[in-house]
Amino acid sequence: MSHALLLSTAVSTTGGSGGGGIAQIMGLVIGGILINNYVLSRFLGICPFLGVSKQLDSAVGMGAAVVFVMAMAGAACYALWQLLLVPLHLEYLSTIVFILIIAALVQLVEMVLLKYSPALYKALGIYLPLITTNCAVLGVAVLNKDAGYNLGLSVVNAVAGALGFTLALVLMAGLRERMEYSDVPLFLKGKPATFILAGVMSMAFLGFAGLGV
Amino acid sequence: MSLWKDFSNGFYTENPIFRISLGMCPFLALSTSVQNAIGMGAAATFVLVWSNVAISSLRNVIPEKIRIPCYIVFIATFVSLVDMVMAAYAPPLHKSLGIYIPLIVVNCIILGRAEAFANKNTVISSLLDGIGMGIGFTLAMALMASIREILGNGTWYGINLLGQRFANQPVLMAILPPGAFILMGYILGVFNIIDRRKERAA
Repeated sequence: MSHALLLSTAVSTTGGSGGGGIAQIMGLVIGGILINNYVLSRFLGICPFLGVSKQLDSAVGMGAAVVFVMAMAGAACYALWQLLLVPLHLEYLSTIVFILIIAALVQLVEMVLLKYSPALYKALGIYLPLITTNCAVLGVAVLNKDAGYNLGLSVVNAVAGALGFTLALVLMAGLRERMEYSDVPLFLKGKPATFILAGVMSMAFLGFAGLGV
Repeated sequence: MSLWKDFSNGFYTENPIFRISLGMCPFLALSTSVQNAIGMGAAATFVLVWSNVAISSLRNVIPEKIRIPCYIVFIATFVSLVDMVMAAYAPPLHKSLGIYIPLIVVNCIILGRAEAFANKNTVISSLLDGIGMGIGFTLAMALMASIREILGNGTWYGINLLGQRFANQPVLMAILPPGAFILMGYILGVFNIIDRRKERAA
């Protein structure tokens, strides 16, 4: 019985309606960060999660860059969907338009940061181009579109998802730094041990499914 | 002979999942049942083959500097095609693959093959490479999905294998997200052992 419950909570927040209100916002925030963590229960953004989680510093940098880009992508994709694609009945172009918007946005953010905040650019620099292929960004745009969220909820959902990604990434980096000094069986050294570690973390996050927001 | 090598590279030596670890997101998320795995494998293979063909036939026309955006537009076009065809002819599959269909666009295998293979090789080689890589991806997904579905649900492709008693009390963890990560870790561990055996024998 509990099995059906766990599986159903794992997909429940994708089907929200377009309303508003504090309860729904809190639901999205807690859902995005803990219950339906983008990395650990929805498997979005696995590549950067495995690639950039070797050191704590770079994990924090990547997380900040993703929060920034995902918030903007959530707003930009919403605007384009409502103002351009729906009025022109071009809904079927959504995938192409969203990925182009995200790629352009990443470029833009890079250029703006370089001009106005070289320090931040230096800190985030190498992680920014990688974000285009982070499926969490395109994923949140598609989820927002499918759920029919308004502008505010779209941005809240995007930021919550990005914070969840950052949380998972930072925790993982901390764990992997510790694992450097531990005695891993030889055949599991490297990538296999990282996957198993992620599995154990995902198991811990599964416990949040009982929150029932 | 080299055409055969282009084709068979993706099966084992350069298997996109187990060797290069690309395309992890749909692999982990949709290996909960063999049906989903084969559906996803077929969709990704279609996109992979046609984007390889399109990019390799236009490789002398696409300007070097904007090649990545060009590739993404090609890939996104084929993904939209798959999305619409699947929604029209296989609505249940379309529903269970859900958000992961549009996400084929950012599947690193496809962009990776475009950048590493299709923009340097002939159309025929790229076509074969696409088919081979697609089969490699599908086989990897089917393997993982078989393990997860049998352990987590007692069935294979919806067929009850292990009897009703097991189906009532399956190893649920295998089908939940943690199971995907942990099983993947052990499968990669087995590949490590095989590699080491081979090295020692050589």
